[in-house]
Amino acid sequence: MRRILPHPLLTAGLTLVWMLLTSFSLGHLLLGGMIAGLAGLAFARLEPVGPQLRSPWALVRLGAVVSVDIIRSNIAVARLILFGGDRHHRRRSGFVKIPLRLQDPMPLALLAMVITATPGTAWMEHDMDSGILLLHVFDMREEDDWQSQIRDRYESLLLEAFA
Amino acid sequence: MSTPLDTLPLWIAIPVALLLIIGSTLTMLGALGLVRLNSFYDRIHAPTLGTSWGTAGIMLASMLAYSWLDGRAILHELVIGSFVMITTPITLMLLSRAALHRDRMEGNPDVPPTSAPPED
Repeated sequence: MRRILPHPLLTAGLTLVWMLLTSFSLGHLLLGGMIAGLAGLAFARLEPVGPQLRSPWALVRLGAVVSVDIIRSNIAVARLILFGGDRHHRRRSGFVKIPLRLQDPMPLALLAMVITATPGTAWMEHDMDSGILLLHVFDMREEDDWQSQIRDRYESLLLEAFA
Repeated sequence: MSTPLDTLPLWIAIPVALLLIIGSTLTMLGALGLVRLNSFYDRIHAPTLGTSWGTAGIMLASMLAYSWLDGRAILHELVIGSFVMITTPITLMLLSRAALHRDRMEGNPDVPPTSAPPED
């Protein structure tokens, strides 16, 4: 199975994009699936070992958590841009260092997408050797614990999803 | 002048209009933040409003309106959304790493030192 379909996620994703851009029909499913399969084989030449998706359910849960967080932080950042901070609190931004347990480039890329898609946090740089991520936070409040926010909310689900 | 959009019933037109207003307002706020905020690291947060719910709102409005008009599910807007999500971090990382490098070279005290071991 792994020799015919070395990157099942990539192949499935490409087939889905093909179907979305053309139309949902059996002919396009076969044609798109064939092209996506070949693309997976070609990619295997470039990147022989991909990380194994162990639990798709964890990815679904991550998607749900992130969707809610994106809506919440959109509202928060939009308010801060419009009104500045409120009376009791002046907005102060700053850097946070977070030691990450993730090692593989693929889940790290997913984490980068999550952090970027959530307004208010920006991925600055990540050092592969030490595993330390430098994050910039738009609105630093004392009561927020960014380290556990990233590590327990997002990273643990990614660790669970990929073997 | 009449467009196909005139045939849209009210109960679809209202959510479409709301989503368009939400999406375009957030994108505009992002642009406003890009002008008004003071430091580079603050400004980098503003456009992510446009790339998250700004894009999503306009995308959902388009999907809703054209799915109704065509009488079938039009979903290819999702491809735009996912490409925006995948490509934004790349630009953002390039910009922020360039800014960090410049600030460290200039010895700016507000910027944390590199966590990588020094190269010899």
